[in-house]
Amino acid sequence: MKITKQEVLDVTKLARLNLDDASLEKFAGQIDTILAYVEKLSQADTKDVPPTSHAISLTNAFREDSVKEHIDRDKALANAPEKEDGSFLVPKVVG
Amino acid sequence: MNLYELTIKEARSLLDKKEISSKELTRSILDRIADVDKKIGAYLTVTEESAMAQAELADKEISNGNISSLTGIPISIKDLICTKGFRTTCASKILEDFVPVYDATVMKKLYKAGAIIVGKVNMDEFAMGSSTENSGLQITRNPWALDRIPGGSSGGSAASVSADLCAGSLGSDTGGSIRQPASHCGVVGMKPTYGRVSRFGLVAFASSLDQIGPITKNVTDCAILLKTISGYDRNDSTSVPEDVPDYEAALEQGLDNVTIGIPKEYFEPEGLDPEVSEAVQSAINVIESLGAKCIDVSLPHTEFAVAVYYVIAPCEASSNLARYDGVKYGFRDKEKDDLIEMYRSSRAAGFGPEVQRRIIIGTYALSAGYYDAYYRKASQVRTLIVDDFKKAFESCDVILSPVTPTPAFKIGENIEDPLAMYLADVFTLSANLAGIPGMSVPCGFSSKGLPIGLQLLGKHFNESILLRTSYNYEQVAGFHKKRPNL
Repeated sequence: MKITKQEVLDVTKLARLNLDDASLEKFAGQIDTILAYVEKLSQADTKDVPPTSHAISLTNAFREDSVKEHIDRDKALANAPEKEDGSFLVPKVVG
Repeated sequence: MNLYELTIKEARSLLDKKEISSKELTRSILDRIADVDKKIGAYLTVTEESAMAQAELADKEISNGNISSLTGIPISIKDLICTKGFRTTCASKILEDFVPVYDATVMKKLYKAGAIIVGKVNMDEFAMGSSTENSGLQITRNPWALDRIPGGSSGGSAASVSADLCAGSLGSDTGGSIRQPASHCGVVGMKPTYGRVSRFGLVAFASSLDQIGPITKNVTDCAILLKTISGYDRNDSTSVPEDVPDYEAALEQGLDNVTIGIPKEYFEPEGLDPEVSEAVQSAINVIESLGAKCIDVSLPHTEFAVAVYYVIAPCEASSNLARYDGVKYGFRDKEKDDLIEMYRSSRAAGFGPEVQRRIIIGTYALSAGYYDAYYRKASQVRTLIVDDFKKAFESCDVILSPVTPTPAFKIGENIEDPLAMYLADVFTLSANLAGIPGMSVPCGFSSKGLPIGLQLLGKHFNESILLRTSYNYEQVAGFHKKRPNL
């Protein structure tokens, strides 16, 4: 077994997901099957092979650091589920 | 002929000769949507009012002689491309009411070219899937067989083109999401080279793989739409400052100097339907008879593509989708008064099962102790796949293969078996991993009347040769002229 229900539960905490027991059970089985398949990668000889993160690599995509068209505060807040006084509103963070 | 059946090229000609107006054309498409989309379910949002206003404007521009490539032509947009003022849901409950405050670069380019936007179309949630069944909002059906999937994730785009619900569409392709639905719906689709089209305003799934591209009724329209959306954009640091050729002008050249590579690894997999194999083989024979030279090539690491992709894409997704936190935009569980609980509850309620599955896989594979075994290893095998293509393209210009192992499957058939669904992506994933352009063009029908697609792969930034090869084939084969009976 590649991944247990307990490990899926631990990962959901890292991933900020809150799943019920039935979903955890189901996902653990499905993800275990997928990870077992992915194990296939160990058959590939990658000694001295550098990793690829982007297939078309550009270096130093620099531009001038100047003010251009941008969205203003009201627009930035336009889709916020809750807002107050020009800010995003979140539940109380410090006690 | 009904106006909604027109291709982009045909509509352009009739509009320019003033034999039809954009208002008539747009009205015809909107009426067709009202009439037929109940059966298909391609559209999530129809922008009727603004489409008619745009059409009126387009008619004025045409009468003033201000004509661009798409002036007055109705187009649909996959619902993960930001459209200012029109909701952009990614087919997810978490973004069901999200209205972008800016346009994606491709939208600016479409508007500048005079396109009429008729609506936003369905997809697998956040583009994760191959059937559009993962949409959190509605089911989309294949116009050729209503009990079957249209493919995915750009299923709404492909279905809307196939069913004459628009003249052309924009989709996005992270592992086959343009080519596979195009194949299943009997239309033309192109995933351009990574960096050819700006991703600014495309809601991110897997940033090193995502690319926007056209889905159209034929190859000429694909060339027109691709030219319109291509080019460097300062807002996307991965877009590439390469010149954009006149794709349409290259179509008419013949195939005398073209060498076609046939990769044996793409014809071997277990589960490759003999009808698909035969249709692709006869397409290869036609292309050879048109003057192209065919040789065997090898892509020896193909067997690892699915495993590489289903590590890298979920890793990138788990990072990209961290932004949906119920604070800046999207769904929020307002019952929770603890910040972390609010995050967890909002995300659990907002994301559907496939998205959650991939976030969990990606978070797991990137977590301490597993990174080297999964993400790093997959990135190294990705290099081997990139090198396979480099080597193969030393001896050929275009690689031909099937797009999918089978024609469209039935709705519900694979939904409980994610791995089976992933394995069906075997022919399309490698192009995204290698960043090369890939196309699907219709090459026949199964005995049940389901469309089959031919995949063409090319060198970086050589979309022209794919278009030229498929155009020459299309003129002889003619499968693109067949439309579903709705």
